[in-house]
Amino acid sequence: MVRTYQQYGFLSNIRANYFATRLDATMTLVFSGLILWVFWNLLNWGALNAVWSAENRDLCVGGGKGACWAVIDARWRLIMFGLYPYEEQWRSAIACIVMVGVGILSCVPWFWNAKRISVLWISGFLIFYVLMRGGFFGLTPVFEQNWGGLSLTIFIFASVSLIGMPLAIMFALLRRSELPWIARTMGLIIDIFRSLPLLAIMFTFAIVLPFVLPGWMIGDKLYRVIFGYALFFACYQAEILRGGIQALPAGQEEAAKALGMSYWHRIGYIVLPQAFRNALPPTINQFVITFKETSLVVVIGFFEILASGNAAFGTSEWSFAHVEVYFFVGLIYFIFVFALSRYGAHLERRLAVADR
Amino acid sequence: MSAFLKNKTVRDNVMQFGFVGAIILLIIVLMLTARSNLEAQGLTSGFGFLDRATGWGVSFSLIEFTTSDTYLKVIWVGIINSLFLGVISLVLATMLGGLVGVMRVSGNKMAELIGTTFVEIFRNIPLLLQVFFWYALLTALPKPRDAISLADVTFLSGRGIYLPGFNVDGGYLFWCFMTLVCALAIVIFMSASKRFPKIDAKKKNIKRFIWLMVATIIVFLMVIGRTPDTTFFDIPYRKGLNYRGGIRISPELLACIIGISIYGAAYIGEIIRAGFNSISVGQGEAGHALGLSRWHTFSRIKLPLAIRAVMPTLINQYVWLFKSTTIGIAIGFVDFFMVISTSINQSGQTLELVAILMGGFLVINYSMAWVLNRVNDAIKLKGTQLRV
Repeated sequence: MVRTYQQYGFLSNIRANYFATRLDATMTLVFSGLILWVFWNLLNWGALNAVWSAENRDLCVGGGKGACWAVIDARWRLIMFGLYPYEEQWRSAIACIVMVGVGILSCVPWFWNAKRISVLWISGFLIFYVLMRGGFFGLTPVFEQNWGGLSLTIFIFASVSLIGMPLAIMFALLRRSELPWIARTMGLIIDIFRSLPLLAIMFTFAIVLPFVLPGWMIGDKLYRVIFGYALFFACYQAEILRGGIQALPAGQEEAAKALGMSYWHRIGYIVLPQAFRNALPPTINQFVITFKETSLVVVIGFFEILASGNAAFGTSEWSFAHVEVYFFVGLIYFIFVFALSRYGAHLERRLAVADR
Repeated sequence: MSAFLKNKTVRDNVMQFGFVGAIILLIIVLMLTARSNLEAQGLTSGFGFLDRATGWGVSFSLIEFTTSDTYLKVIWVGIINSLFLGVISLVLATMLGGLVGVMRVSGNKMAELIGTTFVEIFRNIPLLLQVFFWYALLTALPKPRDAISLADVTFLSGRGIYLPGFNVDGGYLFWCFMTLVCALAIVIFMSASKRFPKIDAKKKNIKRFIWLMVATIIVFLMVIGRTPDTTFFDIPYRKGLNYRGGIRISPELLACIIGISIYGAAYIGEIIRAGFNSISVGQGEAGHALGLSRWHTFSRIKLPLAIRAVMPTLINQYVWLFKSTTIGIAIGFVDFFMVISTSINQSGQTLELVAILMGGFLVINYSMAWVLNRVNDAIKLKGTQLRV
């Protein structure tokens, strides 16, 4: 934008940002009209004319103008906890809070070394599992097929990350091996996994694996799907880590060699810490995508939060209220994913400052 | 023996051999187990079933398909449907994403606000949820009896959107489309290629000639492919409880198209914004200094540079978006994946069909990446041009 003179101040700022040219002025007016229109309609629909309480369900039926949040009021336990036994749902809630806490804590830089972060995640995951599964400490056992809602989403996400990350490191190192046949074979495997849709991989692991495995290895369908997802995650993450390793100056590893450090010392103390730092923004992005794509297990027939949302308006009593349920489930996803992606953007800015 | 292993070359070779051998062994063991498991269940393996008739139909197909057609053909139908959905969604996502990306770098704060809101909302909600949402909205439209009419030629109903169409055989329309695509490819190749540096003035004439040829071919195809004794344009009309004539777009297809385009547009918008931000400020300022208008600075200087800068990222995004067309199965759109999954249920030939599924996606994705990478090689800045 060309400005012949520069003025500072409130009015000239507005002018520069909103009314710089005739085209800009038109755009600003049209767009603000659009925003106001959408905002006003949303407000009318979602708040002013909405029905909030489940007792007033009848108000929604007669072609009400507003949102029928009554469906959330009536069915939120089904959406959040799925088929988990009603009296035990507090366990599911606490388990979710524990795992979210682990997620928040791992954003604190103090945890950013291999030992602390693994201890944090493994202990958090164990608490989650014990709470959900029960059978210890006088908790009634609840089997995996009864898990559902948000806690199943979080369980899939956490176990994929927990299995996938070590695998990704292994894949990246093998992919970078100096031995050509190892590097090529690993590269081929990674490329094949990356070019397949996640849904096809989940499906294959759920349906096909029982055919090719001996009976004792088959295990529960949920764990097979998680394993397939973890492999998929590992292949993507391995490429991200490889990028991070390649961005290192060659001198780093050569200096470590010159000091006589062994391969594992070089990798553990020199290469990986820096590679992770380089690859942090795309890694966070990968976690964001992984969280969103846990929703695909619906197709395989698991009862995570999107499926339990579908079930919430699946009865004839609430069948008209799909928009409200999708808004609610979407909001839950949005809170998780938006927080994570904002954190990623914040890290990116921080690292950019550090590099300057 | 231990002295032998201390030799680095020997050790390296043993390790390589061991690694590759272990993977090959794993695959062989899996295959053997599969064979014994299948024999125990009395299933025959092999691809012979592809010639059998399916006995079930599909709800959406661009080529004619009946229940007596073979499995091979139903898989082909699925691949064509997937490609169809993929192409439409990618084109729409690129257009919408380009618009959003440009809005976010336009310098107008109001446009930036809308662009940012769009990206943040649609990028942070799972695609599957969005597709479910659009599907629920589309199927909640009124019954065909009370369909919403737009100027009496287009009708919106819960059973689909009815659009006016041509009374021309589908195969001929396909060839019309292919002619257009080929012509577009030739023109783009001519503009981008460095092989015609000398005939710049003639290029315009050649291009005009190409477009004229295309128009002639399309008119010709339409005339011979026309269904006899009907009007040329086919406007849907209500008959009883449903609509006849025209084109019906099913809610499944439309929900997939809307969902994937919007989700893809949010990602592509971000990529394009990054591309514009990667251009140095000096480029735009130099344009202004030369007296170019705002539009010319944008279209002749910034846009070409931005496209070249984002091309590699965009290619990955396209491959990734194409893979996401598989979510069609969640709402019942007959794509490649759904065809395979139905075939598995019906025929029980699990391993063979999964192999076809994987092979199909490998071929499609690799060829897509290959073509786009050639385009990228053709248009990217080379050697002395590299003065960004």
